[in-house]
Amino acid sequence: MLSAEEWGIVALSLKVGGLAVLATLPVAFGLAWVLARYRFPGRVILDGLVHLPLVLPPVVTGWLLLIAFGPLGPAGRWLESWFGATLMFRWTGAALAAAIMALPLMVRAMRLSIEGIDRRLEGAARTLGAGRWHAFRTISLPLALPGILAALVLGFARSIGEFGATITFVSNIPGETRTLPLAIYSALQVPGGEAMVTRLALLSVLLSLGALILSEWLVRRTHGERQRRGD
Amino acid sequence: MAKGSAVAIDIDISRRLGDRVIAARFTAGPGLTALFGPSGAGKTSILGMVAGLLRPDRGHIRIGDRTLFDSATDLPPEARRVGYVFQDGRLFPHRRVRANLVYGLDLAPPANRWMSLDEATRFLGIDHLLDRWPQSLSGGEAQRVAIGRALLAGPEILLMDEPLSSLDAARRGDIMAVIERIRDELKLPILYVSHDRAEVDRLATQVVEIGE
Repeated sequence: MLSAEEWGIVALSLKVGGLAVLATLPVAFGLAWVLARYRFPGRVILDGLVHLPLVLPPVVTGWLLLIAFGPLGPAGRWLESWFGATLMFRWTGAALAAAIMALPLMVRAMRLSIEGIDRRLEGAARTLGAGRWHAFRTISLPLALPGILAALVLGFARSIGEFGATITFVSNIPGETRTLPLAIYSALQVPGGEAMVTRLALLSVLLSLGALILSEWLVRRTHGERQRRGD
Repeated sequence: MAKGSAVAIDIDISRRLGDRVIAARFTAGPGLTALFGPSGAGKTSILGMVAGLLRPDRGHIRIGDRTLFDSATDLPPEARRVGYVFQDGRLFPHRRVRANLVYGLDLAPPANRWMSLDEATRFLGIDHLLDRWPQSLSGGEAQRVAIGRALLAGPEILLMDEPLSSLDAARRGDIMAVIERIRDELKLPILYVSHDRAEVDRLATQVVEIGE
C-alpha cells in the first residue's frame, strides 16, 4: 500500500510529533498553571506571547526560529558551544518548530481544566496533613488529567501537521525534515506525483481524525466515569 | 481510640477582609465550643484562620501547649493537627470513600493516629460505603465520611462549619448524635460554627457570640 519511502515519511512525522509534544508538555503545563492560578504584572503579555504562534503567519515563526537558532543566533551559539549541537536542518529542529506551534493549543486545553478544579479541595487536603506538593500531586494533578490528555492528543495532531514554520526553519530534507505535509507539498511539485499525494493526504486525514476522536474519547471517558459514579 | 485530652484553646485573632474586620477573642476548654452569630459575621473565616487556610493580621492561636500562630509562628495547615469538617463535605471526587478516609490517616505519623479505619467506619456506621464514589452519597452519608476523614488524620481539635446545613431534618438528628458522641466518647474538643439557636442549645458546652 505504502512504499518504503512513504513509511519513512510517516515514521519521521510520528517521531517529530512525539518529541514535540513530550518536550512541550511540562512547559505548557507550567504556563497553563501560572496563567490559571496567578495574577501578576505582565500576565497579559505572557498570555499574548503564548498565543502568538496561533495567530502569527507560521513563516514568521519559522524565520524567528532561524534567527534565534541559526549559527549566529544567541540560542544557536549557546547550543553549539555547550553541546556541539545544532537544530538547523535537523529533525530535532522540526520538532522544535512543531512544539512552538502546538504550545498555545496545549496551554489552552490544560488551562481550562486547571481553572475547573475546585481550589478548596486543596485546602481540605492541607488540613488533612498534605504539604503543598503532596496536595498538588494527589489532588490537583489527577483532577487536571482529562485536560492534560486532551492537550497531548491535540498537540500531537497539530505537530504532525506543521508546515510553514518547519519548512522555513529546517527546510525540506528527505529523511531528515520532510514530514507528511512537506512530503505532500514536494510530491505536488513533481509530475506524476498525484498518486503519492492522494495516499499521504488520506493518511493525514486518518491521523488527524483519529487524534480528534481519541481526545474526545479521553475527555468523555473521564467525565463520563464521574457521571456514572453519580448514579 | 478515645482522644481524651483536656486541651485548652486560646484564640485572639483579627483580620481585615475588604472593608470588614473579622475578630475573635476567647478561650475554651474541652467539649464543644459553639461560635454563634448571624450569617456573614465571619465565623467561617475564624475557622479558616485556626486551620491555617487564612492568615490573621495579628494575634495568636494556641491549642494546649502548642502555638499554631503568633507574631513569630505560623504553622502551615498540614502541621497544625486541626481537623476540619467543611459545610459542603468537600470530599475528593476522584477517590472512592475508602481512599478519602485514609487520605489523612496515611499522612499522619503513627504516633499521632488515635483511630483506625475499622474503628472510624464502625463509629460512624459507614462500612457499607467504602467502595462508593463521593458523587453517589446522600448528604448525610457524605457528611459522615467527611467527619471520618477528619478524625482519621489524628487531629487534636475538630473544626465544624455548619455541618448540618445541607441536611434534612431526619439526617440532622443523626449527625447531631454523631457529634455528641465525638464530644462525649472521643472527648475531642470541637469548635462549631452555627447560626441555628436550637443546634447550639443542644450541642454546645460553651457559646462564643460572634457579633457584627
